[in-house]
Order: sequence, then C-alpha cells, then structure tokens
Amino acid sequence: MAENKTKAKTAVKKRKKLTLIQRRMLTGYLFILPWFFGFLYFYVRSIVLTVQFSFSELVMDIARGGYTLINVGFENYRFAFMGHGYFNQILTRSISGILVDVPLIIFFSLFIAILLNKKFPGRAIIRVIFFLPVIMASEAITASLAMSAQMMNAGISSTATEVASVAGSGGINVELFIGLFLDLGIPLQLLSYLIEAVVRINTIIAASGVQIIIFLAALQSIPGSLYEVANIEGATGYETFWKVTFPMMMPHIITNIVYTIVDSFVKSDVVNLAYSTTFSQFNYGLSSVFSIVSSVLTLAILFIVVSIIQKRTFYYN
Amino acid sequence: MNKYIYKIRFTLNDRHMMQILANDTKKLVLMVIRIAILIGVCYVILAPIIGMAVNSISSNADAHDPMVYVIPRNPTWERYELVIERMDYWGTMGRNLLYTFALTGIQLFVCSMVGYGFARFNFPFKNLLFGCVVIMIVIPAHTIMLPIYMTFREFDPLGIVSLITGSSINMMSTTAPMYIMTLFGCGVRSGLYIYIFTQFFRGLPKEIEEAAFVDGAGVWYTYFRIMLVNAMPAVVTVAVFSMVWQFNDTFYAKLFLISDNVVIGKKISTLQATISNQDRIMDLVVQELYLNAGIILVLLPIVIIYIVLQKYFIEGVERSGIVG
Repeated sequence: MAENKTKAKTAVKKRKKLTLIQRRMLTGYLFILPWFFGFLYFYVRSIVLTVQFSFSELVMDIARGGYTLINVGFENYRFAFMGHGYFNQILTRSISGILVDVPLIIFFSLFIAILLNKKFPGRAIIRVIFFLPVIMASEAITASLAMSAQMMNAGISSTATEVASVAGSGGINVELFIGLFLDLGIPLQLLSYLIEAVVRINTIIAASGVQIIIFLAALQSIPGSLYEVANIEGATGYETFWKVTFPMMMPHIITNIVYTIVDSFVKSDVVNLAYSTTFSQFNYGLSSVFSIVSSVLTLAILFIVVSIIQKRTFYYN
Repeated sequence: MNKYIYKIRFTLNDRHMMQILANDTKKLVLMVIRIAILIGVCYVILAPIIGMAVNSISSNADAHDPMVYVIPRNPTWERYELVIERMDYWGTMGRNLLYTFALTGIQLFVCSMVGYGFARFNFPFKNLLFGCVVIMIVIPAHTIMLPIYMTFREFDPLGIVSLITGSSINMMSTTAPMYIMTLFGCGVRSGLYIYIFTQFFRGLPKEIEEAAFVDGAGVWYTYFRIMLVNAMPAVVTVAVFSMVWQFNDTFYAKLFLISDNVVIGKKISTLQATISNQDRIMDLVVQELYLNAGIILVLLPIVIIYIVLQKYFIEGVERSGIVG
C-alpha cells in the first residue's frame, strides 16, 4: 500500500518524464485502487483474523469494547470433530447435498436452455417466468413461508400448500411407476436418485435460474456456420448435439458448475450452523472453525471438479 | 448422400412426399413435447405465486371452504389494507428501494471502473490481482462474517478514526457498513460484477479508444464518455443482478443489524407475529392469508422492474462477458 502511495507521489512530481506505458500502468492502478484497498481491508485481513480466531478462545469485552484472544491451539478443531454433537453429520450432509445437486441443476438448466433457444410463440414470456425464481429467492420470504407451513401442520392446509402438493404428486400412482421401472431392471440406486430429483423438482428449478440464462447466452454465441457445416455433412440432430453443441458449451458448463457449487454452499446447513454458533451461542472460535473447514472443503471440491472437467474441455478460441 | 438428396428434391416422387410428411410429423411431435415440458415447468414455478395471490384476496369464509379452489367466492382487499398499514408499506418500501438503487449505482460505478482497469491496462501483478477477484467470487461471505462484524462494530481503520474522535464508531444497525463495503468494491457479489465488466471491456474493439486518444481525450474522459456508453449491455446486466440480489439480501442485513425500516424483507419475517399480537387474529389459516398478501406486496416492485428491463437484460447477457 505504502509503496503504491509513494509511487503515485513520485508520479505526480515526475509526470513529464514518464513514458506512455508507465503512465498507463499508473492509471491502471488508479482504476483498481478502491477495490484493492477494500480487498486488503475486508478480505485479506478478515481471512487472517478468522484463521487466528479458530486457534483461540475469544472473550468479548462488552464494557470497553474490543476483545482478547486466548491461544488454545487445536482445541477448537478437536472439539468440532470429536466433541460437537452434530457438526460432522451436518458437514457431510451439506457436502453430499452439494455433490448430488450440482449435476441435476446443470443437466436441467442445459436441457431447458436448449428448449428455450428454439424460436416459438410466447418465448419472451417464458423467459421472464424462468427468471422469476431468482427474483423471489429471498431468504426472508422462504423462511417465513416455511415457518407458517410448520405452524399449520396441525391444522387445515391452505390452498397454497394444497396447490404445491398437488403440483408435486398430481394424483399419479407413483408406486406403480416405481414398480414398473424396477421390473425393467433399472438399478435401485439410480432409481432412488431420480425419484429424489423428481420430488425436489421445485428446489432444482428454483436453483437454476441464473444457470439457464448463462446457458441461453452461450447457445446464442455458438457460430451458426458450425451447424451449417454439420448439416451439409449430413449429421443427425443427435450427432450435432454431441459433436457441436456440447463441446462448445463445455467452458460455460464449468462456469455454471462453479456458480452452482458456491451458490448451494452458501445456502447449506453448515453455513447456518456457523451463523447460529456466532450470533446465538457467541462461540466465536468454534464458528470460525466451522467456517474454515467447510470453506476449505468446498474450495477443494471446486478445484477437483474444475480440474477434472477442464482437461476434457475444448476451447474454440 | 448429398447427390442422393439432390436427386430426390428434383424428381418429386412419392418417396419425397412421404419423407416431407414424416419430417413434418416429427417436427410437430417434438414441438408438442417441448411445449408440454415448458408449460409443466412454468406451472411448477407459477403455482406457488398463483396460490399466494389467490390466498391474499380470499375472505375468511373462503379460506375454510373446501369447495373453493383457485377462484375465491368473496374476494376482498382487506388483507392488503391491513398489511400495508402494519408494515408501513409505502415508507419502508420507498426507503428500501432508495437503499437498493443507491447501492446498485455505487456497484455499477466502482465495479465498471475496476473492470476497465483490469481489461485495458497492463501493470505488474495484474494476473495475480485478477486471481484475487476470482477468489472473492468463490469465497462465501460467511467465512469472513465475524471479522467484518467486528470491524464495523468498532470501526477504526488504521487507527484514523480514534485519532480524530478519540474512540471508534459503532456502525451496527445503520446502513453505513453496506455503503462503505460497496464503495470499496466488496459489496454483495461485487467480485462477480467486476468479472462481468472485465470480460465485456476485453471484448470491445481497441480502435474506439485509440481514436479517442488521437482526438485528444484523456483516460477518464474516454472511460466515462465513450467506454461506459458502449458497455450498456454489461451495465444493464449488472444493474439487474445487483438490484435483485441487493433487494433480496438478508445476510448482510442480519449481520449489520440493519433496521427493518430500511429492509422490508425483515418485516416479512415478523409480519405474522405482528398480525397475531396486534390485531388479535389467532386463526393460523387467516394469518397465512395476511402473510401471503405481504409477500406479494414485497415482490411486486422488483418483478415490475425486472419485466421493464428484461428485454435489455437478456440481450445484455447475450452480449456481455458472462459467456466469456
């Protein structure tokens, strides 16, 4: 920081002597300066502090303000994994939930984007509708609806919950279909995964608004000449999809995977646990451990998934 | 193969006609399937909204009448009247929209500037710094919430504040922390917006700036009067995202204890309790009708804004850097 400032000062003095390239360099720094300070002060400093908190017991000084740190070594980590009642469970459940959700969301949004990409009457309206879940994804609204549903459980269900449950089952004999697919020899694990996906279709649709928009934009950006060539060479629609559309979409699939993992992590239970440990139990050291462990795990997943897919990705440019 | 098709086209025999028919049927079937799927998904999205809208206008009798489905028998505006009064709707919504618009404006200004800096200037450590932007996108705000909470509870950057006033400032339960963070490019999902702007500016032709430079425009003039105008698609995209996410944000609002007079989402969480305590409406079913009316009222402005901007928004996403 200090170095930058002195640089800027000398720049003012010697402005006439600087070359064009140097001057542009300094202007570049000027453009990113606000973000740079913010990043240092809010992110770098906070991450260092969080790591520090996780190794200590933090005592808030209410009267004078400020806090004192007592170094406890790995005690917080030991307690989180060995002593805490349900942190392990919540952590594994959140992480496995993310891993289950990501492929579903990606395939669903890719599928919908391809359907929406074709021209048909009413396309504009449907595009508006598909972005609605993003607009309505307010945590406060979901929470208050869930709370009122919980309160209502004992009483009569209102029309809204009825409509939602009808949308879920639709009066179809689900048992019959499950039996039918089992008889067809579809493995039970795969079937239960698919059934779970169908049951949670609401959640999946609500979580894929942004992804659909990114995929739509990506589909528009594929050069039409590629399709023309495929057509002239006599490729079928199926072949065109796997040889042209899918490879061209791969970079955007990576973008969407990153977005989906981060997004579903932010909404996961382990984050809520860290939040409540901070602000209702005031156990700052422990909540820092929760935050760090879950973030590191998510970053590791992100890194592994992206590096695996990146190897198979074809970059057009 | 090509020659074969060529021949068929020009002989126009029965086989050709059959092929055309088969193609048409295939197209028709595919279209029907596509429309069925899309309508189904739209129904799943719209059903809860329609349900809430219907609930919010049905009367007490309708709520308990099992014969009423979707269309209420005695529609009433009474829910909205009470909810508007209890939530102080116009005042709160006005303040909330003002807060959202102000922060969106700051986001647009700061993030576009930083994005332009990354896209058009070469300086040492540029790639490392841009990596930091990506880290900002990936690291969830929850990891750093505690230090940020403490930072603003005793706001004293580098000891400057306590040097002047003698003590640090407690900024909790004001909107100041949000403004400060956004001003320094660390607001709600700022990293993503910087990324979008960077990608977009990279895609613009360099000739525009060179022409401006030759004509004697300075860097700042070029940026504000030429580049920003050309970046309209990215600006609209970021504006819509920023508005929606800022409006829906409850994480920072909770973290900074921002008053529910500014953030209407917080009033929704207490609406049911207010209705039952203040108006002595103890029937849970009827309480839910009021809650639904409140939710519809809260969603309405942002949905209207989105519908107005959506044409530019979709175009903007298609042309802006998200796609990379």
